[in-house]
Amino acid sequence: MEVFTQQLINGVTLGAVYGLIAIGYTMVFGIIGMVNFAHGDVFMVSAFVALIVFLAVTTLAGLSGGVVFLALLLALIVSMIITALYSWTIERVAYRKLRGSFRLAPLISAIGMSILLMNFVQVAQGARNKPIPPVMRDTITLFERNGFAVAISYKQIMIMVVTAVLLGIFWYVVQKTPLGRAQRACEQDPKMAALLGIPVDRTISITFIMGAALAAVAGTMFLTYYGVVVFSDGFTPGVKAFTAAVLGGIGSLPGAVLGGLLIGLIETFWSAYFSIDYKDVAAFSILAIVLIFMPQGLLGKPEVEKV
Amino acid sequence: MSDPANTAGPDWGQITRDSAFAALIAFGLFVLMLGFKADQSLNNQLVLVFRPELLASTVALVFIGRFLIGYWQSRKVEGAAKKKAPSKWAQKAEKYGLPAAVGFLVAYPIFILVTVGPSGAIKWIDNFGIQILIYIMLGWGLNIVVGLAGLLDLGYVAFYAVGAYSYALFATSEPIKDFMAQLIGEGFWQAWAFWICLPVAGILAAFWGVLLGFPVLRLRGDYLAIVTLAFGEIIRLVLINWVEFSNGYAGISSIPRPSFFGIPFNASDEGFAAKFGLEFTPIYRTIFLFYVILALALITAAVSMRLRRLPVGRAWEALREDEIACRSLGINTVNTKLTAFAIGAMFGGFAGAFFAARQGFISPESFVFLESAQILAIVVLGGMGSLLGVVIASIMLVGGVELLRELDFLKAVFGDNFDPAQYRMLIFGACMVLMMLWKPRGLISVREPSVFLKEKKAVSADLVKEGHG
Repeated sequence: MEVFTQQLINGVTLGAVYGLIAIGYTMVFGIIGMVNFAHGDVFMVSAFVALIVFLAVTTLAGLSGGVVFLALLLALIVSMIITALYSWTIERVAYRKLRGSFRLAPLISAIGMSILLMNFVQVAQGARNKPIPPVMRDTITLFERNGFAVAISYKQIMIMVVTAVLLGIFWYVVQKTPLGRAQRACEQDPKMAALLGIPVDRTISITFIMGAALAAVAGTMFLTYYGVVVFSDGFTPGVKAFTAAVLGGIGSLPGAVLGGLLIGLIETFWSAYFSIDYKDVAAFSILAIVLIFMPQGLLGKPEVEKV
Repeated sequence: MSDPANTAGPDWGQITRDSAFAALIAFGLFVLMLGFKADQSLNNQLVLVFRPELLASTVALVFIGRFLIGYWQSRKVEGAAKKKAPSKWAQKAEKYGLPAAVGFLVAYPIFILVTVGPSGAIKWIDNFGIQILIYIMLGWGLNIVVGLAGLLDLGYVAFYAVGAYSYALFATSEPIKDFMAQLIGEGFWQAWAFWICLPVAGILAAFWGVLLGFPVLRLRGDYLAIVTLAFGEIIRLVLINWVEFSNGYAGISSIPRPSFFGIPFNASDEGFAAKFGLEFTPIYRTIFLFYVILALALITAAVSMRLRRLPVGRAWEALREDEIACRSLGINTVNTKLTAFAIGAMFGGFAGAFFAARQGFISPESFVFLESAQILAIVVLGGMGSLLGVVIASIMLVGGVELLRELDFLKAVFGDNFDPAQYRMLIFGACMVLMMLWKPRGLISVREPSVFLKEKKAVSADLVKEGHG
């Protein structure tokens, strides 16, 4: 029971990170029907941006408690802005011209972008692991039984709270604002939306920006949680987040969050109870199984095949 | 960003504004990622290194690049673009290009040997010749799945791995060696292992192709791509983690090299050089390997060209164009898809067995997703379904990237720390994006019909109705 509760906390934390990345996949797939393969690497770039900002602030002002908090906050904000810029540029340069082109072209372009980003970071920042000094290590012990203490760390609380708050804001934007309406209109029928005066190109750009900003939140949280980042960190979390998006039903926002939580929980429980070596195999197997037996996902709409 | 310029020459103001905007964006993108570097200090802590020159020169480069593109675009608008029919050149290329390419490849090792001499030739035949041919073969194998049957496979490297591990495990297995020694005689297995295992590796890979193809029969397009990616990764992760089976990360070493049909390439009296009265050098093995992979690749090409004209090949192409129409015409889509997976996988398995034999060492590191992406990129950049396109794309991508290792003179320009090889994959990724922007249909986007009424009319791929894939 103690182990279970502890893993539940860890799983939800990890799931929050996956869920944030998954939203980027699901929104882009919903609006232009492509798998933005580079999204995982955008997430990795965001973690690096956060790392650099964090280092800059702590080098200038030291490593005391208040400074660390300020540094993380600043890292989060700067990372969201810069990552959004990356995503905007990627869409503008690599995807926009291919919209409506031959179906494989955007996917290949996205894979190329993913390789480009990964190797750009490797060349620009070096291939070694980048550890930050451990921050927010304190934990709160929830209860203790049989000598096993179930604890939740401040980091985990921060990740959960930030995720919940941002998801709330995001949910409000998509459901209640004119921008969100335009997005949903473009998702249903871009041509009709354009005829009704909705700037489709700009709406799609904003979708990419929003997805990237949430990925940047995930990237900053990832950096804080694990305390280390390396240039190849985009691929596996990217694929897992995509799995989460598919599991929840691609195109559905609550689905992406739900899928992210499920994937996070499955991964942590699998590592705890079965085998830590095969945790990625578990995630990939779920992806395959869901796509084969339940391609519409948990909360998605079934796809109707038209002649 | 640039609107079509009006009649009176390029609009310099607009181009400058666009370039300045691009430079601004580039500054935003690179100010942290290039302007600073998080570097390890001596006591293993991260410190920031500020690199203003690098940042400034990159931003300047973006400005100049955008300026040139803007100028070029304004020129292009003046000479209004015409919609072109498939050019005669592309049709001719497919007809005469392939025999010419084959002729060149057959002569290549001899040409290199004559021009460079035996000592320098190994590098050129091995790194360029064999390396490129492996990718050509993989490209042609994947072309059956992606180009003909229209099934987007992002996990092709799994079958490459199955082939490589089949050969490596069989050839290094002691029980099989002992069994063969008892059955036929000492030394037989050592000499013939490659030739016996090659078909076995292909068959095993085909079996895995069916096995992995079966669950994904209902999927199409992007979903199929992602599931095949997942399968590829699962196989790699199992190879890493199942240490008793595959020796994990450490991989399998001292895999026997292929023999010249029973005659080993070594310095002994029984070796190839001694038997043929030649002086022993390692170059013979390299040349032999070159011809082996060339023959394997040509078999792949011949088989896929023949299959296109057989009923199963026509069914593949019908499937690519429209699955629903295909089914309503009574084509068994299950069998059609599975044969495509199996045959494509089989050639991947052959290439894998060859790869293991050539390297003498394999580990899961050789079968990462990047390899799948690279093979798929070759097929798509070449123009799906075009055999010649695969050749051109492999030479450009693999050869071009290999060539970067040779650019040592750049050190004189950029200083000694400059290593062009580290930019290999960066340039590769950029090439993939640029090629898609330039020619989304690939280099040779002509489809030659295999069924026709009165005369063959090559159809531009742009005009072919897009199937669901």
